[in-house]
Amino acid sequence: MTSATLTSGATLGSQRVSEEVRYHEDAIRLFVIAAVFWGVVGFLAGTFIALELAFPALNLGLEWTSFGRLRPVHTSAVIFAFGGNVLLATSLYSVQRTSRQFLFGGEGLAKFIFWNYNIFIVLAALSYVLGYTQGKEYAEPEWILDLYLTVVWVLYAIQFIGTVMTRRESHIYVANWFFMAFILTVAILHLGNNVNVPVSLTGMKSYPFVSGVQSAMVQWWYGHNAVGFFLTAGFLGIMYYFVPKRAERPVYSYRLSIVHFWTLIFLYIWAGPHHLHYTSLPDWAQTLGMTFSVMLWMPSWGGMINGIMTLSGAWDKLRTDPVLRFLVTSVAFYGMSTFEGPLMSVKPVNALSHYTDWTVGHVHSGALGWVAFISFGAIYFLVPVLWKRSQLYSLRLVSYHFWTATIGIVLYITAMWVSGIMQGLMWRAYDNLGFLQYSFVETVAAMHPFYVIRAMGGVLFVAGALIMVYNLWRTAKGDVRIEKPYVTTPHKAAVGAA
Amino acid sequence: MDLDSITVMLRSFWTVWLMLLLTGILVYAMWPGNRRTFDDAAQIPLKDDGQEL
Repeated sequence: MTSATLTSGATLGSQRVSEEVRYHEDAIRLFVIAAVFWGVVGFLAGTFIALELAFPALNLGLEWTSFGRLRPVHTSAVIFAFGGNVLLATSLYSVQRTSRQFLFGGEGLAKFIFWNYNIFIVLAALSYVLGYTQGKEYAEPEWILDLYLTVVWVLYAIQFIGTVMTRRESHIYVANWFFMAFILTVAILHLGNNVNVPVSLTGMKSYPFVSGVQSAMVQWWYGHNAVGFFLTAGFLGIMYYFVPKRAERPVYSYRLSIVHFWTLIFLYIWAGPHHLHYTSLPDWAQTLGMTFSVMLWMPSWGGMINGIMTLSGAWDKLRTDPVLRFLVTSVAFYGMSTFEGPLMSVKPVNALSHYTDWTVGHVHSGALGWVAFISFGAIYFLVPVLWKRSQLYSLRLVSYHFWTATIGIVLYITAMWVSGIMQGLMWRAYDNLGFLQYSFVETVAAMHPFYVIRAMGGVLFVAGALIMVYNLWRTAKGDVRIEKPYVTTPHKAAVGAA
Repeated sequence: MDLDSITVMLRSFWTVWLMLLLTGILVYAMWPGNRRTFDDAAQIPLKDDGQEL
C-alpha cells in the first residue's frame, strides 16, 4: 500500500506525506464533538416539539417555548448544527487524504471556522427563541447573522478549495466535486435568499427586497436547493469517501459517479417550484419544477446504485460491521426518499400531500434515514481514527444504536404516512350536499394518536444517539468492551476470502 | 444583428445547449481511453494515507 502513495502524485513537493507526518486533525476533532453534541440537542428539540403537538400543554404557556419558536431551533440544530458540523468534519478530513495535502490555511483557520460557525449557531438559536426571524423556512436568521455566516462560509470555501488547488494528487476525487458543489451552491443560495433591507442598522428586523410570489419563488429556490446541495450533495461527498473506505473497496463505478454528479447538479437547481404547486406561481413554472423533480429520480437512483453496489462481492460485511450497515442503510434510505420526493412533486399527488404530515414524514425519511445515518456511520469511522484508537469501544453497541434508531424511523415515517394521507383525504371530503365534511379541528383530533406514535419514534432516535455518545466517549478514553465479536477480524477475513 | 439579439436567439435554444453539454459529459465519462484514469481515481481513498492504525 505504501508504494501506491507515490504512483499518481504529479507534483510531489519537498515534503512527502509519510507515516510520521500527521494531517491536520485538531479542528476536525472539535467538529466531531460539536456534531455529536448538536445531534443530541437537535434530536431532543425535535422530540420535544413532537410531544408539544401531541400534548399542547407542553408549550408551558410561554412565548419562548411555543412550537413556532422551538421549531426553527430544531430544524437549524439538526440541519446546520449537526449536519453542518458533520459536513465540516468529514470534508476537511477527506479532502486532505484525497488531495494528499494539509489544510490550506492550516489548523488555525480551521479552528477559527469551527468557533465562529458554532457561535453563529448559538446566536441563531437564541434569536429564534427571543422571537427574531425572517420567517423564511431554513433561512430564519436575521440579516446581521446572515452577514456573519457569510464571512465564516467564505473562509470555509477558501480552506476547502485552497486545499484542492494545492493538492498533490493529479485527479480531484469525486467526493471533493460534491463537497465543492455543496460549498459554492450554499454560498450562492444564502446570498440570493437573504437580500434583505434592514429597518435600521441597530435593529434586528429586516424585510425581503423582493415581494409577493417572487419572494416565495426565491425562498423555495433556496429551500429546495438547501435540501439538494446541503443535505444531498454534501452528504454524497461523505458517501463517496466513507463507503469505499469502510468497505475497503473502490466505488462501484467511477464513470457513474461523474454522470451522477453532473446530472444531479444540473437538475436539482430547477426543482424548487414544486413547493409552490397550486399557488399564484405561474402554471408553467409549477410544471417546470415538477418535470425537473421527476427527472431527478434518475441521477438519485444512479447514485444510490453506485453507493450500494460498492459492496458488491462483500455483502457479508453488512452482517459483521454495523458501522458499514449504517452507511449502506443510509444510501437505501436515500433511494427511498428520492423516489418518494419526485412522486410527491407530481401535481395531482401534491394536491393530496401538500401541507399535510406526509411532507413531514418524507422529510424525516430523508433526514433521519439518509443524513443522520450516513453521519453516524462517518462519525463511528472517524472517532477511533482521530483519537488514535485501534477500534471502537463496542461494535455491539453500534448495532443496538442501529436497530433502536431504525425502529424509531419506521415508527416516525409510517405514523406520518397514515396521518398525512388521512389528513389530506379529510380536507377534501365532501358530504352529499357539497359541504366540506370535516372541520379543521376534527382532522387535528384524528391525528392525535399518530402524533404520539411519532413522538415515540423520536424518543427511540434520541435513545440511539445516547448509546452512540456513550460508545464514542469510551472509545475516546481508549476502552474496549468485552463482548462477543462478530467474527475474528471481520475486515481482513472478508478481504482474504474475496 | 447586434449582440443583444444574438444572445436572445441563442438563449431560446438553451435546452439544446444543455443537452449537448450533457452528451459531452456522457461521452467523456464513457470514453474507453479514460477508463484507466477513472480506475486509478477510484483507488484514491484506498491509498495508504499514513494515518490509520
